Amino acid sequence: MKSFLDSEQLDRPTLERLLDDADRFREVLERPIAKVPTLRGKTVATLFFEPSTRTRLSFERAAKALSADTMSFSPGTSSLSKGESLKDTVQTIAAMGADLLVVRHRSVGAPARVAAWTGLPVVNGGDGAHQHPTQGLLDALTIRRALGRVEGLRVAIVGDIAHSRVARSGVFTLATLGAQVVLVAPRTLLPVSVEGWPCEVTTDFDEVLETLDVVYLLRVQTERGGATVFPSVREYLRRYGMTRQRFARLGPDAVVLHPGPMNRGVEIEAAVADDPRALVLEQVTNGVAARMSVLYHLLGSPEHA
Amino acid sequence: MPTKRHRVLDAADIDRALRRIAHEIVERERGVDDLVILGIPTRGVPLARRIAAAIAEIEGTDVPLGSLDVGLYRDDLDARPRVALGPTEIPVPLDGRRVVLVDDVLYTGRTIRAALDALADLGRPARVRLAVLVDRGHRELPIRPDHVGKNLPTAPTERVTVHLEEIDGEDAVYVEEPA
Repeated sequence: MKSFLDSEQLDRPTLERLLDDADRFREVLERPIAKVPTLRGKTVATLFFEPSTRTRLSFERAAKALSADTMSFSPGTSSLSKGESLKDTVQTIAAMGADLLVVRHRSVGAPARVAAWTGLPVVNGGDGAHQHPTQGLLDALTIRRALGRVEGLRVAIVGDIAHSRVARSGVFTLATLGAQVVLVAPRTLLPVSVEGWPCEVTTDFDEVLETLDVVYLLRVQTERGGATVFPSVREYLRRYGMTRQRFARLGPDAVVLHPGPMNRGVEIEAAVADDPRALVLEQVTNGVAARMSVLYHLLGSPEHA
Repeated sequence: MPTKRHRVLDAADIDRALRRIAHEIVERERGVDDLVILGIPTRGVPLARRIAAAIAEIEGTDVPLGSLDVGLYRDDLDARPRVALGPTEIPVPLDGRRVVLVDDVLYTGRTIRAALDALADLGRPARVRLAVLVDRGHRELPIRPDHVGKNLPTAPTERVTVHLEEIDGEDAVYVEEPA
């Protein structure tokens, strides 16, 4: 593994290895001194051409817990506003001595282009509505830690699939690990490519509710044009939201995930969001551990040496 | 590629060596209060468990037992094929405790250097001692064991392999010579 660009690239043994090591990194994060010297002397640059706070912070925390140095970049304060091209920008940062780049960009495929231009290992921090592979990994980690396995579990991903890179990475990661994934969304919020995905599709949440081990609620992304197909927030909650009534119909061990930030009262009712079986904060901590595992594999592997 | 392999310790030898080490620890530490035994994965962990069981037999009291992985503290991350990280389980706070580290083979000393760095991040033990099943020599760092099952002079080209029932299905130590 030279770069981590999309969730389809990984086979099951590689994914399981990343998850096994992420479990070890969770233990590191719980130590009194939550820091190990593994990547001392390496520099991780986070290049977020699209605004993001939590994902960038999560990568920085992961890099720092491994003792790597970090550099960060955000477009508002950069030469991009002076008209510099993406290629010149990333080559400039590579020339400063970065060992690995984390790239988020609104254009699909931008992280792969950056990898080709710089020759450096690149982690895709989210490209358009395409992929967000470390999110897929942290979600699989959260499910595996909560329920002991991923294989054979029924996982529903609910909401605006069409605009969601989280959904796409989730489907492929979880399916590779042996889960049965079912997408729950109105036809208008499904991508055209969905027929090729390794999952079932339904428009009726209530029909599958009682068969589920995991419910993954997507954020209604108003900034990407999602939910405009719904006349109101109330209508969305009624058909696709995790209400208290729906939560009560889930099995006793079923868990609820959400990538954050949550719109309470839209895709999830506040009372459900605060239930111990809603693993939202667990996902955040696991996100740091999963990203540590990815950085460790990319910067510590012999092919990079 | 043919290699010559001979067995230098069998199951009974290993059992006797570990029991002797257990007795030495009890004698040297004058009891087992404040003692913690930490195995270094992979094969240090079952060895530590066996030493702890022998100490429990001798003293009639259980000693806290854990594991200390050193994968994140190695100084040769780029140079070697990566092995999966092992578990680190610290059963009690280490501050002021007497720690016995257990590993299968002591060779260059780099694993133990890494283990000492890892320990320093986890607490401040009063004392750290080292028990190994086999000391094969060729140290690259000023590190020495306190308890040794078997001193085994070797050539650097030879390989020493420890097999344990819990992992490999048998108890034995082999030396392999290149053909």
